[in-house]
Amino acid sequence: MSTTTTPHATAEPTTLIGKSADYLDQRTKVGVLAKQLVRKVFPDHWSFMLGEIALFSFVVLLISGVFLAMFFEPSMALTTHHGAPATMDGQLMSVAFSSTLDMSFEVRGGLLMRQIHHWSALIFVAGIVVHMMRVFFTGAFRKPRELNWLVGTLLLILSLAAGFSGYSLPDDVLSGNGLRITDGVVKSIPIIGSYMSYFIFGGEFPGEHIIPRLFTVHILLVPALILALVGVHLFLMVLNKHTQYPGGGRTHKNVVGYPAVPAFATKMGGNFFIIFGVLALMGGTMAINNVWNYGPYDPSPVSAGAQPDWYMLFLEGSLRLMPGQAEIVTWGDWTLSLNILVPAVIVPGLLFTFLFVYPFIEAKVTGDRGEHHVLDRPRNVPARTGLGVAFLTAFVILALAGSNDLIATHFALSINTITWVFRILFFVGPVFAFWITKRICLGLQRKDRELVLHGHETGRIVRFANGEYIEVHRPLDEQERWLRVNYDVRRPLEIEPATDARGVKRKGYKKDKRWQRLSQFFYEDRVEPVTPAELAAAHAHGEHDELEPQHDAPALVAGSGSAEREH
Amino acid sequence: MSENQNPQGPSRDVTRHDGHGTVAQTDRFVDPGVPEHRPRLTDTDPKAAKRNERIIAILFAVSCLGTIGSIVAYFAVRPDGTTPGVRLSTVLLGVAIAVSLFGIGFAAVHWAKTLMSNKEYVEERHSSSSSDEVRGVVQQGFKDGLEDSGIARRPVLKGAVVSALALFPLTIAVPLVSSVGGDWNVGKFRHTLWKKGTRLAYDPSGRPIKAADLTVGSVAHVIPDVPAEERESHEWITEKAKAVVLLVRMDPRDHKRDHREGASYDGIVAYSKICTHVGCPVALYEQQTHHLLCPCHQSTFDISDGSKVVFGPAKRPLPQLPITVDSEGYLVAEDDFNEPIGPSYWERLK
Repeated sequence: MSTTTTPHATAEPTTLIGKSADYLDQRTKVGVLAKQLVRKVFPDHWSFMLGEIALFSFVVLLISGVFLAMFFEPSMALTTHHGAPATMDGQLMSVAFSSTLDMSFEVRGGLLMRQIHHWSALIFVAGIVVHMMRVFFTGAFRKPRELNWLVGTLLLILSLAAGFSGYSLPDDVLSGNGLRITDGVVKSIPIIGSYMSYFIFGGEFPGEHIIPRLFTVHILLVPALILALVGVHLFLMVLNKHTQYPGGGRTHKNVVGYPAVPAFATKMGGNFFIIFGVLALMGGTMAINNVWNYGPYDPSPVSAGAQPDWYMLFLEGSLRLMPGQAEIVTWGDWTLSLNILVPAVIVPGLLFTFLFVYPFIEAKVTGDRGEHHVLDRPRNVPARTGLGVAFLTAFVILALAGSNDLIATHFALSINTITWVFRILFFVGPVFAFWITKRICLGLQRKDRELVLHGHETGRIVRFANGEYIEVHRPLDEQERWLRVNYDVRRPLEIEPATDARGVKRKGYKKDKRWQRLSQFFYEDRVEPVTPAELAAAHAHGEHDELEPQHDAPALVAGSGSAEREH
Repeated sequence: MSENQNPQGPSRDVTRHDGHGTVAQTDRFVDPGVPEHRPRLTDTDPKAAKRNERIIAILFAVSCLGTIGSIVAYFAVRPDGTTPGVRLSTVLLGVAIAVSLFGIGFAAVHWAKTLMSNKEYVEERHSSSSSDEVRGVVQQGFKDGLEDSGIARRPVLKGAVVSALALFPLTIAVPLVSSVGGDWNVGKFRHTLWKKGTRLAYDPSGRPIKAADLTVGSVAHVIPDVPAEERESHEWITEKAKAVVLLVRMDPRDHKRDHREGASYDGIVAYSKICTHVGCPVALYEQQTHHLLCPCHQSTFDISDGSKVVFGPAKRPLPQLPITVDSEGYLVAEDDFNEPIGPSYWERLK
């Protein structure tokens, strides 16, 4: 140990942990890093746990995935299956499918691990989606976190890739048909589609290469990328320090919360075990993807009512909704399958483009270059909240359309009618959702104003000496009030006039004008927070509340005992 | 209303930060500061603390029991190869593991929430960007580095290094890409195993079909009649993926028209089973309407009317296999399909 200048002179370490730490630090200077992290303050809120669900599901995926990889054989070589289940005994199938059966029926705990793995994948993507919703609706993607939003969106796409490539590995009828749909979508790509199909399958569908290829993608490429990006994601989170919800003492220049060690780390660690526990319970008790019921892949059969995993439903629904007339033959007899390209490539392309560019669009229309560390309450940014809900509405409508056959059979409805309803809803739904959400937000903001100005209703009716009745309102305490008045009102951009002082037309005016229009779309309707002056005015004016009831009321209440008892 | 008390937090964020895209307002409320810390029951009542300590210890103990239980379940319940046997083993193992994990998880969270300090701390944030001084040093560093490399004075090198770096990935990409697509012969999309004289056989048994065996209203899933041993290879699966056919016999009076002139035989029609949308097997036949529905995306074809699309995302009718009967009364193909089966692609009509 060097002689130290810190206030607490560290003595020669005596414990095992102390000695190890000393050994490590003498070689790595790890103490500098630990100093930053050990008592680092993290804000606390239940919604900050949503990202942890995704992270920990991913850890469970890695653990259960290693288990499965020990027993799975990614080969499409044909073999005759021997052993359980009885229905599959003696059937010709790929080694991949046969090893999937073996790991389910012969390996003890194998089926459990398969089911845990599958459920974890579903929860992983769901965790990412709800985490993104939290980040979006609270504006946590704003500077300096735009980059981390992009990393997160990439992670979402990678999670879909991971799910898709894993789903196809058992080589059963369902996943084989899923691959065939993929092949059909790939072939629809103009000019290179056929060659892309050969690129993926190593020849014609299904060939004998796709399973080993997907295996490499599923256990090497995608998880490596996810791990790397998760590293970047968490590093940026620590670097920028976590955002915090608004409240007393929370500013853009501080972070209020609990130190990493011990409470925060303990909760986080506990959360990992709880999430793992939930996934183990799901894997143990909820059967999923019983591939032996479907049988090995055969290009002929298909089961009705088959659904992809939930995160692929929106693509499936998109494919189902598009009318076939869109397929056209262009000049020179080239076939352009817009009936597939639009729903399977363009629609998801638009959805993801929205996610990628939104933070930058919002910053631009807000004219915003500042750093933000205090989150928005969703009501205080009505246009953003509305857009987010519109986006989700489109996503949910597509996902429901992906289950239109199940809706039809469960509710005894015509599939054609359902499809038509969804076709219309896909366009009308998001617009309506935007409008109604924005109105609700503005309404909530007005309610906040109302509360700040007039306080809580107490239900206590008081009669004055002159016979007038009032209801006593209880003023908000300062923390309640601060939450409702402390937000930034954004206004539409103001731009330079079209011509300068000498009447010369300004370059770039039209562009500015377009941005201003978009800005108006965002911020034309707004509700300003209450100012102290307004509150004072309300007090002075407020004949029915703010009468300092605690002082005046007893005298006034004298004659109104009955009225009070009624409440 | 009471007056605002002095903020307890380190900051009174009274004025706006500039550059937040908002108009500065002078008339603002004052930040009341971090709310006063409220002690929990466990902070003030040693009895409650002791009780919670016990709860946490019990939860950890439950976890230990869960772990032991999972090991017992592993050794005691051997799956016997039947589905119920495997299910039992799976449920017992899963629940025991869950108990083991929940015990630790809930104990840790409960510990953190009741016994560990929950005093709020306030930490200052610093600007996310580095200081101007640092930026200056970095800028100078790069400038010096560039100077030292001499690349500005030697433009030839600039071009040379960029070219070499841009080209070298081809050494990997060319062999990879050219091998990965097999023979790249996309013309195979146009041909299937069907040819003149190939018998139609039941899928999967491979038994040839006699026209007389088919009653009106019956449906058969059909493959080309090839020797059984040929049906045990990858080539077969790939060929079958293109060759599968759905055979329907309807009352000739119901049969309005063929998609391919003269392709049907006495009310028996044979259509490719591969959807012209994205290639799912079209398998749901409705006898009354003669509608064929794809279960994947609900494209609906009317096979009494040249399999024209009556609903859904497909555009084109299913290709029709021309059939007749041979001298022994078996159904045979008269020819291959005269168009590529399955989904559309760019050069389909070429």
